[in-house]
Amino acid sequence: MDFSNLTATQCVNQFASGEVTATALVQSCLHQIQQNDPSLNSFIRTSDSALPIAQALDIKRAAGKPLGPLAGLPIAIKDGICTAGLKTTAGSRMLEEFVPVDDATTVKRLVEADAIVIGKTNMDEFAMGSSTEHSHFGISKNPWNHQYVPGGSSGGSASCVAAGLTPASIGSDTGGSIRQPASFCGVTGLKPTYGRVSRFGLIAFASSLDQIGPMARSAEDCALITSVISGHDPKDSTSAKNDIPDFLATLNQPLKGLRIGICKQHFEEGLDSEINDSVKAAIQVLKNLGAVITEISMPHTPYAVAAYYVIAPCEASSNLARFDGVRYTHRTEGVKDLAEMYCQTRAEGFGNEVKKRIMLGTYALSSGYYDAYYLKASKVRRMIKQDYDTAFESVDLILGPTTPTPAFQIGEHSQNPLAMYLADIYTVSANLSGVPAISIPCGISNRGLPIGLQLQARSFDEATLLQTAHQFQMETDWHTRRPNQ
Amino acid sequence: MNAATTQEQRQSISEDDVTIIIGLEVHVQLDTKSKLFCGCSTEFGAPPNTQTCVVCTGAPGSLPVINQQALRLSIKTGLALNCEIARFTKWDRKNYFYPDLPKGYQISQFDKPICGLGYLDLFDQRDKSKTRRVVLERAHLEEDAGKSIHDESKQGGNSRIDLNRTGTPLLEIVTQPDMRSAAEARAFLNELKLILTYLEVSDCNMQQGNLRCDGNINLHIRVDGQQIATPIVEIKNMNSFRAAERALDYEAVRQLELWKQNGLTISDAPKQTRGWDAATQTTTLQREKEASADYRYFPDPDLIAVTLSEEEIDSIRSEIDRLPAQWREELIGQHGLKPYDADVMVGQGRGVIDYFLNVAEGCGNSKMAANWIGQEVLRFLNESEATIESYPITSTQMTELLTRVVGGELDQTRAKEVLEQMIEFQLEVQSAMDKLGIKPVDNQEIEALCQQLINENPQVIEQIKGGNAKAVGALIGKARKLNPNASPGLVKNTILKMVGG
Ligand SMILES: [Zn+2]
Repeated sequence: MDFSNLTATQCVNQFASGEVTATALVQSCLHQIQQNDPSLNSFIRTSDSALPIAQALDIKRAAGKPLGPLAGLPIAIKDGICTAGLKTTAGSRMLEEFVPVDDATTVKRLVEADAIVIGKTNMDEFAMGSSTEHSHFGISKNPWNHQYVPGGSSGGSASCVAAGLTPASIGSDTGGSIRQPASFCGVTGLKPTYGRVSRFGLIAFASSLDQIGPMARSAEDCALITSVISGHDPKDSTSAKNDIPDFLATLNQPLKGLRIGICKQHFEEGLDSEINDSVKAAIQVLKNLGAVITEISMPHTPYAVAAYYVIAPCEASSNLARFDGVRYTHRTEGVKDLAEMYCQTRAEGFGNEVKKRIMLGTYALSSGYYDAYYLKASKVRRMIKQDYDTAFESVDLILGPTTPTPAFQIGEHSQNPLAMYLADIYTVSANLSGVPAISIPCGISNRGLPIGLQLQARSFDEATLLQTAHQFQMETDWHTRRPNQ
Repeated sequence: MNAATTQEQRQSISEDDVTIIIGLEVHVQLDTKSKLFCGCSTEFGAPPNTQTCVVCTGAPGSLPVINQQALRLSIKTGLALNCEIARFTKWDRKNYFYPDLPKGYQISQFDKPICGLGYLDLFDQRDKSKTRRVVLERAHLEEDAGKSIHDESKQGGNSRIDLNRTGTPLLEIVTQPDMRSAAEARAFLNELKLILTYLEVSDCNMQQGNLRCDGNINLHIRVDGQQIATPIVEIKNMNSFRAAERALDYEAVRQLELWKQNGLTISDAPKQTRGWDAATQTTTLQREKEASADYRYFPDPDLIAVTLSEEEIDSIRSEIDRLPAQWREELIGQHGLKPYDADVMVGQGRGVIDYFLNVAEGCGNSKMAANWIGQEVLRFLNESEATIESYPITSTQMTELLTRVVGGELDQTRAKEVLEQMIEFQLEVQSAMDKLGIKPVDNQEIEALCQQLINENPQVIEQIKGGNAKAVGALIGKARKLNPNASPGLVKNTILKMVGG
């Protein structure tokens, strides 16, 4: 049977009611992957234990034992998130052979909730990129058009959900790495509040910006998964102790009186007109649902990308220092001394985009440059946070496009990395300020590529994000559109 | 400060023109059960790489979590060293590549150390009635690196790395350049170690690397009314306090000789790092730094900054018991010890002081307790390299012994014999006295003994009668031979009475 159009919620409900077995769900996913992934390349590998786990789950259900909230849900995990006993490469040659000892806390929580890890998805190496063109394991394709990128860095996680290979996946978002590919592939992707989901087991790109989140076919699915992976983790000092609201309980509350701010800086030069139109149409939908729309200004928005491309590489240059050939990583043999081992190992192990960012970050942290770059960028970051604080005094949500353009063609930005970096223009601010943000489908371009709408909320107010996204999805069908295969 | 000098000027320098300037950096391993950012044990001596986990080996995806106990011990130390305790402190990454540094950075504290300015008062090494103050620049908490074991055969063998030590908590205490001699630097180290052990924040075991120190030294030389500074040298590998004193002494002489030859000052030559070579008793050049290495410090985004409240700091302060300086005062003021004896006793650690206090209180004679502990006990401990905890005589036993001395039942000489027996045969006081045949002598026996002595020593008796009461001393020894249990005091008084002198 083909379950490729089931949502995560449907999987869980149908499994619980006995309509479908976990084995059948997993077999369906594996079959879809086998059929379609050779051309898509959204997975780096599938898990051999998915089927045995599904079988065990079927036995568990048959025995009438209590089931976890995600029982029966096959889920794909971005390969930058550790899975015990299953290779975790972060898309890099450097970690080609790395097998983690422990599950990331997120994976542990998913497994404890009886979700089934189906495999590991492709990504830009160490999450550095917006196209999944920078993976040691090849380029991932956009299922809507294989000439186009799926976005990145969680391109594999977006692509596999959009293509119906798996109902849901887990990504990570440092500057838009969940939302931008969600937008490019027409799926729903949530970046929770910084600290909401433990980072333990997430191979760090930029620790102060990284956040794990779900990618799925609906806001409801994202709510379901987020409620499982959220919560304080004593292994992550930066994880928050805030209570976790029942995200599913508030989904159906009406939007009447909800104050939505339209940030004027999101509609200036550089925004594709089709996206502009789709987002404006989405605003009308929300207005009809009772939301109150006001224009707001976030004056420091134009500096966000610049600040991000200083802070993220600075942290990355240090986070990636551990990949030195001594342990866990690729090592170049036959070298004459330590310095050569370091140089050769890192020259071979890292791809060009990663090397570029390590150099950027190393430079920006160097004595004499620290104040001009890192410190200045940190100040800009504070001002951007201030913009959010001010905005959230008068509105509950901030709405805008997720990206300035729909998906671009593979290779299109290879000569112009700056254009690629500008793809993050609307998404990086949420990482810099830590607020939660979601991307939901809100249109299809003339070329047949999905368009994404971004909603941002106050820190720890994912509930309002998910509620609004869900209400929008009750009124529209953009999120149910699938690429022709 | 750095004027050029002529050969002639330099040769005419006398010792009085030279001031030695020394600052120290001391790394203290805090005595926590687990490492600074993970749960691994800090126990010394385990087989290589058996006390490691994903965090301290820097596995991809792992994250550090601060050990609160390490923070408390740092604050405790800072308070005892009169430091300003930061109300806001944070963690920074010190980035450099080395195989025994698994993350490629060390988590340390850069611009907001947990402890700020403080000081330590020392006895002036030239006049112990005075004190000298060494100002402490700061003390910050950081994680230790691992241990690299290199192939020494020069055959190109592989280096090996032990990460057991990686991530153990270190408090780095940095002084201002306030010490003026190698002896003073050693005195500083001694006093610091004493404070740390009294605080029970570190066992300060240098053999296990739990206390390490580096020194910075140069000379200020007065030449024809101008002051000249020689280049600063950092000395590493000073693995005992004695080595530190010798290395600094050596270096002071070396710098003076070198300056006399080449006249180079602090602005002419870069800072050098030299290592102390215990075998040759010299320092050798390790590296010359043109500029300080660029560690690209920045705040560690994996850890949250720490805000400390007054209540938390006060609660830690309340845990601090008396420190060595206070004990010295108390022993001198309350118990009548001489400053030297008080210093010796305090230098032995809290255990000896507690032992002393028990005995002094028990036997009611502080002076006697101090003498016995200062001489008998400490001599035994020194000779057998034992600690007071393993000393075979408990303070209760010692109290009983000295109580008998105070009560006149034993004289000091016999009491020492009793103590020897107690130690040798693990006996209680009474058993040891029985073994020695010590028993009370009644008055009749004493009178008989004295009569015998009077009869047998007419010359001495004549002297006494002639007014020389001191002559009785000659009979005491004889009394002892006839009956070792006879109290010398009693014998003396009885003879004098019987003779009527
Ligand atoms: Zn550990």
